[in-house]
Amino acid sequence: MYSIIVFLPLLGALIAGFFGRWIGARGAGILTSAFLAVSAVLSIWALYSVGLNAHEPHMERIEVLRWVTSGALDVYWALRIDTLTVVMLVVVTFVSGLVHIYSIGYMSHDPHQQRFFSYLSLFTFAMLMLVTSDNFLQLFFGWEGVGLASYLLIGFWYKKPSACAAAIKAFIVNRVGDFGFALGIFAIFFVFGAIDFNTVFGTASEQVGQTFNFLGYEVDVLTTICLLLFMGAMGKSAQFFLHTWLPDAMEGPTPVSALIHAATMVTAGVFLVARCSPLFELSETALWVVTIVGATTAFFAATVGLVQNDIKRVIAYSTCSQLGYMFAALGLGAYGVAIFHLFTHAFFKALLFLGSGSVIHAMSDEQDMRKMGGLFPHLKITWAMMLIGTIALTGVGIPGLFGTAGFYSKDAIIEASYAAHSGAGSFAFWMTVLAALMTSFYSWRLMFMTFHGKSRASKEVMSHVHESPNVMLVPLYLLAAGALLAGIVFAPYFIGHDETHFWASSLFRSESNHIVHDMHEVPLWVKWSATVMMLVGFVLAWVMYIRNPALPKRLAEQHVLLYRFLLNKWYFDEIYDFLLVRPAKWLGRFLWKKGDGWLIDGFGPDGVAARVIDVTNRVVKLQTGYVFHYAFVMLIGVAALITYFMFSGIGGTH
Amino acid sequence: MTDWPILSVVTFLPLLGTLFIFAIRGEDEIALRNTRFVALWTTVITFVLSLLVWVNFDPNTSDFQFVEQGDWLGGAINYHMGVDGISMLFVILTTFLMPGCILASWRVKSRVKEYMIAFLVLETLMVGVFCALDLVLFYLFFEGGLIPMFLIIGVWGGARRVYASFKFFLYTLLGSVLMLLAIMAMYLDAGTTDIPTLLTHAFPAGWQTWLFLAFFASFAVKMPMWPVHTWLPDAHVEAPTAGSVVLAAILLKMGGYGFLRFSLPMFPLATDFFTPMIFALSVVAIIYTSLVALMQEDMKKLIAYSSVAHMGFVTLGIFTLTVQGIQGGIFQMLSHGIVSAALFLCVGVVYDRMHTREIAAYGGLVNRMPIYAFTFMVFTLANVGLPGTSGFVGEFLALVGAFKANTWVALVATGGVVLSAAYALWLYRRVIFGELDKDSLKSITDMSGREIAVLAPLIALTILFGIYPAPILDVTAASVDNLIADYKSALAAAEAAINVASH
Repeated sequence: MYSIIVFLPLLGALIAGFFGRWIGARGAGILTSAFLAVSAVLSIWALYSVGLNAHEPHMERIEVLRWVTSGALDVYWALRIDTLTVVMLVVVTFVSGLVHIYSIGYMSHDPHQQRFFSYLSLFTFAMLMLVTSDNFLQLFFGWEGVGLASYLLIGFWYKKPSACAAAIKAFIVNRVGDFGFALGIFAIFFVFGAIDFNTVFGTASEQVGQTFNFLGYEVDVLTTICLLLFMGAMGKSAQFFLHTWLPDAMEGPTPVSALIHAATMVTAGVFLVARCSPLFELSETALWVVTIVGATTAFFAATVGLVQNDIKRVIAYSTCSQLGYMFAALGLGAYGVAIFHLFTHAFFKALLFLGSGSVIHAMSDEQDMRKMGGLFPHLKITWAMMLIGTIALTGVGIPGLFGTAGFYSKDAIIEASYAAHSGAGSFAFWMTVLAALMTSFYSWRLMFMTFHGKSRASKEVMSHVHESPNVMLVPLYLLAAGALLAGIVFAPYFIGHDETHFWASSLFRSESNHIVHDMHEVPLWVKWSATVMMLVGFVLAWVMYIRNPALPKRLAEQHVLLYRFLLNKWYFDEIYDFLLVRPAKWLGRFLWKKGDGWLIDGFGPDGVAARVIDVTNRVVKLQTGYVFHYAFVMLIGVAALITYFMFSGIGGTH
Repeated sequence: MTDWPILSVVTFLPLLGTLFIFAIRGEDEIALRNTRFVALWTTVITFVLSLLVWVNFDPNTSDFQFVEQGDWLGGAINYHMGVDGISMLFVILTTFLMPGCILASWRVKSRVKEYMIAFLVLETLMVGVFCALDLVLFYLFFEGGLIPMFLIIGVWGGARRVYASFKFFLYTLLGSVLMLLAIMAMYLDAGTTDIPTLLTHAFPAGWQTWLFLAFFASFAVKMPMWPVHTWLPDAHVEAPTAGSVVLAAILLKMGGYGFLRFSLPMFPLATDFFTPMIFALSVVAIIYTSLVALMQEDMKKLIAYSSVAHMGFVTLGIFTLTVQGIQGGIFQMLSHGIVSAALFLCVGVVYDRMHTREIAAYGGLVNRMPIYAFTFMVFTLANVGLPGTSGFVGEFLALVGAFKANTWVALVATGGVVLSAAYALWLYRRVIFGELDKDSLKSITDMSGREIAVLAPLIALTILFGIYPAPILDVTAASVDNLIADYKSALAAAEAAINVASH
């Protein structure tokens, strides 16, 4: 059954890709969607049987094929099924299935739909390989595979130079992270002599406090490995320093942004750390780094999100920020909480993206919120869906009673960081609380600028505004249901009193880790802090964009430096271009022209050649090609050799 | 085991083909067609026969198999052929690629007979290199192979072919003279040129250094290693497509094969001594040539520089002296044989249509050439080392070995993986993506049936060996284990000798 879940999307991708011409655009869409629907249904059943209704801890390993065997290294293609896997299976197949269906409508005018659905299914397959992986190498395969699919889909509209540039940027920035990930895998093999999860996690405790020589320093084994792996996670999950590709990735079609750059691929880093909890849990330093990076990203991305004008970029920075929340939780040892937020986030963020896709679709591909406004009367259903996404993201709810998905998962992270009672925990607490305020502000700002106030679009555009067809709306309904209910239904299992039983052996926590328990005992003001921030953010946004629409402009003019700093995303792109891209190009040209051309060739062959020509010109005028010259030398050589052997052979051994 | 001399048959069958071509009279269209088909059928039959070697190969032993021995040149030098796990697959790689080379040259117009003869002779010499078990025989094949290659570049090459071949000449001349001297010295010490015997012969420590350096001079140029790589981009640029394919896919592998066959097992002490230097040259090659590749304006030059970088992983892996490193090195050579061959064939496809290799002359090809875009994408990704393609397995294993040997080396070499993504994807974007707005490209046609027939098997193998590399790794395992065991015992013996002497 698990093989069907994983390989059906691959089959769909191959059929849509190679036989797209025969089955047609519609056929490709329906076929791949149907395959995904089957996978999704099976995944939900798997979640039920492995996680929700398991009587005993469930861990299954299904071997598919031998992969790399070399000496002690022995790697198989295999599927590992435990609670963490099935949770991810549900997220991936469910959202992917809905995005496939939505795309049938969204992409209906595109001439390359078969290619689109093929890539989308290919992505799903790679992501499923990633989450079901039984060893680090297969994880890396899925990891780079989703990177490839992301590259192909960001650059889907290959005629747009900006899309091509964004696609390459995404791939390369991810490779920088993968550089660390790969080194981490080498280190794991070096230390453990194996790279399958069972062996590595089973013997991890023997490595506590051990050191090995890395780059000339004696360093702690587990800390080094964890930090190297985390570098990979930072790239994939767009964390601080390696986040720059994610906003640019919005060049891809909107369904892609929803699936890959919000719900699934970018959460792979979170999954990686959770999967490696048996390693991270044993290294305090690594956990500290994870929390600091996560909390910083949560704050940083939220500040940038405040001032962006592109509707998709606002949501992209929001994603970046929410991923920071997840990492903050991971670093505090609250792995289940992080995965819970990953789970709920997939629903409401995909909903927001697909909703904004519906807006963009209606606005004839306009993405700039400054040219929107007043769309509420025309797009009531989309408005309602976006509203649900917004209240789920901002975490609307009443502590102790009920709430939307984000209310349970995001607020749990804030509470966990308070409950950690550590330096990193306090930092994470304040960063995430502030980020909650900004999250609320930019989310409502998006709603107000898009749907309310006076329309700023041209009459031409407004005359075409229309609600999306049902094929696009039905996926929104299902995601909206998830955004509203996922929190209240699943909280007991993921982070509540059933959580030990639910996660079983798939997440590891040391004896001294009580964070999930402590989290429920925090003071009341902590529990309310997130809710208050949410309300303050809403009021601020209402004042600035409904009550007094001139205010934002005035504020921007008063604080022009700050505004520009935020608008230009803390100038990360400019700094990287100056520090990395241009020097690399300059160095490449320099090494080519000066290193190869002047130094090596000049003093090597060309220099020698010039001397040789000088000499030979004097001796004899060479008219024929050098080929014969060479052949001649070679023949003399062979003749000399044979002569030598003939003589020594006769006189020697015989 | 078969009882007929299969290696000799595979080696010399192409020569038989040349006789048939000689027999073809006339220069008319029918004669040319016959010539092409004779060459094609010869290479195909050779390939099919060579598969028998693979099928009957026993992967459980590290001994030489299919051994043939005969007296030659007065008894001191024998005609001795045989393959083991290290060399066998290179024979298959050679015979496998040759039919594709002939097909890719279908539209060669001038001196067709001579062209085909040159390629068939080249095939004999290349297969011979990997089968020879006698140093002199090896040397003859090794150096002899350069003559047809020169003719191919010099006669059917591009505008600056004379410069390119002269450059090649200067580089290889130095290497081959030194190797020749080394071979004589080895004979002087061991009294034989028989390779299996030499493999068990312990050369004095002082000699090993010089012998190693002499062989290194030749193999490093072939590989090519930085800084003696500058002949390669020029040779590639000037060579016709099939010439580039053979050069990149097979001739470059002779350097790596030479290290494995001679340098490591015969001069273990010197290998141990020089390993840091090889590591340094390898990582410099990986980073340096990747950066240079980034800025190239000529498609073939870019791929040539990327070849140098990839060969850096090979030397790196081989000299880690770990199972993973050496198997990775061998795998990387075979994989690169397929992938670089395919990339040069891809360049050939558009070169045949537009007669330029300038990257700037292209753009937006996907709009008119979707099959080509897909093909080029597969090989670009394999070049980048994406998991699931054959390019990944070799690089990964080599780096696993490197991490054991030296973490700094592993760190810098892994950095090359980022750069390879940069130059390969940027090339792809500039050639394939974008609007098709250049008038010259408006009527360009997608790949023909012949071109698909050449490239489709390469796509299949690239993906097959990425997902299931066992056929290659299993065959090489026993020989590599044996190589490392011998190396370690040689080092241990030398150390024991020093200890005895000092007491």
